[in-house]
Amino acid sequence: MTQSNDQSTSRRDFLKVSTATAVGTGVLSSLGSTAHIYAGGDDKVKVGLVGCGGRGTGAASQALSTDGNVKLEAMADAFDDRLDRSLKNLQKQFSGRPERIDVAEEKKFVGFDAYQKVLDSGVDVVILATPPGFRPIHFEAAVNKGVHVFMEKPVATDVTGVKKVLAAAKKAKDKKLAVGVGLQRHHQAPYIETINRLKDGAIGDITSMRCYWNGGGVWEPRLDRKDAKSEMEYQMRNWYYYNWLCGDHINEQHIHNIDVCNWLKEDFPVKAYGMGGRQVRTDKKYGEIYDHFAVEFEYADGTRMYSQCRHIRNCWNSVTEHAQGSKGSCDISGAKYQTNAGYKWKYRGKKPNPYQVEHDDLFAAIRKGTPYNEAEYGAKSTMTAILGRLATYSGKPVTWDQAMASNVDLMPKDFSWEATPITVPDDNGFYPIPTPGVTKVL
Amino acid sequence: MLSVRRPGHLMQGKVAFLAAFLVSVSLANAGETEKTMKPYTEKIANTDVTFDMVPIPGGEFVLGSPAGEKKREDDEGPQIKVKIEPFWMGKHEVTWNEYDVWSFNLDIQRRKLTRVKADAKEKAADAVTRPTKPYTDMTFDMGHDGYPAICMTQLAAKTYCKWLSEKTGHYYRLPTEAEWEYACRAGTTTAYSFGDDPSKLDDYAWHYANCNDTYQKVGKKKPNPWGLYDMHGNVSEWVLDQYIPDAYKKWSGKGTLKFPVNVPTKLYPRIVRGGSWDDEPEELRSANRIYSSSDWKIQDPQLPQSIWYHTDAIMVGFRVVRPLKVPTAEERKKYNLDPIIPADEGR
Repeated sequence: MTQSNDQSTSRRDFLKVSTATAVGTGVLSSLGSTAHIYAGGDDKVKVGLVGCGGRGTGAASQALSTDGNVKLEAMADAFDDRLDRSLKNLQKQFSGRPERIDVAEEKKFVGFDAYQKVLDSGVDVVILATPPGFRPIHFEAAVNKGVHVFMEKPVATDVTGVKKVLAAAKKAKDKKLAVGVGLQRHHQAPYIETINRLKDGAIGDITSMRCYWNGGGVWEPRLDRKDAKSEMEYQMRNWYYYNWLCGDHINEQHIHNIDVCNWLKEDFPVKAYGMGGRQVRTDKKYGEIYDHFAVEFEYADGTRMYSQCRHIRNCWNSVTEHAQGSKGSCDISGAKYQTNAGYKWKYRGKKPNPYQVEHDDLFAAIRKGTPYNEAEYGAKSTMTAILGRLATYSGKPVTWDQAMASNVDLMPKDFSWEATPITVPDDNGFYPIPTPGVTKVL
Repeated sequence: MLSVRRPGHLMQGKVAFLAAFLVSVSLANAGETEKTMKPYTEKIANTDVTFDMVPIPGGEFVLGSPAGEKKREDDEGPQIKVKIEPFWMGKHEVTWNEYDVWSFNLDIQRRKLTRVKADAKEKAADAVTRPTKPYTDMTFDMGHDGYPAICMTQLAAKTYCKWLSEKTGHYYRLPTEAEWEYACRAGTTTAYSFGDDPSKLDDYAWHYANCNDTYQKVGKKKPNPWGLYDMHGNVSEWVLDQYIPDAYKKWSGKGTLKFPVNVPTKLYPRIVRGGSWDDEPEELRSANRIYSSSDWKIQDPQLPQSIWYHTDAIMVGFRVVRPLKVPTAEERKKYNLDPIIPADEGR
């Protein structure tokens, strides 16, 4: 019999990885509790979840699989069916440790203001996993309330949102709140080791970088126009396809790869040049987003980062990052490099699940009271992706400073099912699509 | 890998039942006998994609490995006599070129673009569930055209077979564990279909020491005696069975078995066979049994996790078989040959 190995475990390393699944179903009989005195003599960490989709539910499961006494106590979603399904799935997942899911009926909050009710319910940590457009509002409120945060990427969809997150990030630091951002590559062993080696000069000076998120696209719109009670509900259910909610796929997905390049460069671009459009995914049900972007980012020292992202089926796919150096080249995502002198290196170590590690790290910091704040680079990598979008939509170069000086705000003025989002369809159901050379973005 | 609710999925059961009724008529291999079975090339309609099938003669063989085989594991014995009915088997593992037609609706897209009307077969194929789109690139940058499809769940592999059956009018399914080993051995009783010496492996298989950390294009090594490529190595291949460590022990003493299969009742562990690019030589032996675990989804960050993808099974694929005798609706039910898609669970 052979227990086949996989990306996260390698027989050849004789290392064991514990899985969130195993924890949830009680396969691991006990976890080593760090049992730090926390929150006035009680070591219990109370978690709230805001945004109960598949990813939010997954993040809650990872938070609840960290060491020590941790409980989910409050949940929020705009839609009650989403919340109920999420709770059911978590209860199933934690059937071996049911005490970890402790959500009283009066702590299930539904609607646009549900996030505030979760924050007011007395949780220690909140998971922010709604569509990204809401993140700045939710993050700001969490910091104001003095609650630790895990927030999914991206952390905004427009410049105004980025600025709000940066301001709240500073406040969080002053208040000694821990903030984790779901750019999990920062917690992924092969990435950490590779980036460290590159920073130590493994391939000399970094002369350029490339990164890609070329794939076949994501989930299909979930709600038909005929079944939607309002424009707001239609866009919320199909959030990926609307910019105030998603920020387009350069922001929602490709941010991961862009962020890796920023991480290696230890800087953020000053300027972006982009081109892209909507060539194949043109049906009106696909809202207003593009299906391809190609962006060149320029850093202050003149170094370029070449980026592509695509949502078109049956084309060349790649979700990778690469660096070119004066003395060699590196496939960062593949955790391997080679030098011009012929030396080859590949990461051969342990590969624990980064989605679990990012929570383990955050919760350890919360329990120990050590400074932990990923919000600033999370916001600036989000801004990098937004910069690429602005340059692509307009067809013109856009500088970081120009963008940051603007007050572009994509968010609706008020939040209710009757409210009108910033873009609405024409009589035939088609949304206005940004046109390079015509569209003004600042 | 988020859930998509499409109207009609809840009707799946009904559609499947009707389809089963129609299929059992339309998929019969009229006039074919074991003697007339030949290799053939199947074309996937409204695409440029084809794949090759090889006839596997019926016969009896011994399932499992003898006690003296090097690196043998306990679950490979005791050896059992099994009678196998004839079938065709994919000459190669299913490639991305084939798999993506189903998973990304490329046939439907092509029909729309070329304004081709869907015939009855196409309509039936369109009614088979397609998976949600993967969030990321499931080739993991290892190559696409001509490379084996990987990272699918057994359910996805079974659903692909159902779609392929409707699409082609020929009945395709996954092999049973016994059928797979019979085809892999191709009449041999040695550890590998080329003998006992693992040092010859490089001529026949991609494995950890020669693969350069990646899967390879199908069909680049020598075939086994029955003309099947990459049965040892490249990617492990899904079969229909649940993994039960002492399955052969339970079967022993019952004479020659006909169509033995352990119909799955639990999600894990289920069986893949043949070993992969990421395995050591002993794991590529004909009799070796490999099984799935929840670890294969460890990096799926969603809850519920996808029913279609094993994010971490980058060494797992499959190949299809087409039995000469098409199973009846009752047999399909009895042996759980058809995919059962949970109503809106974890899509």
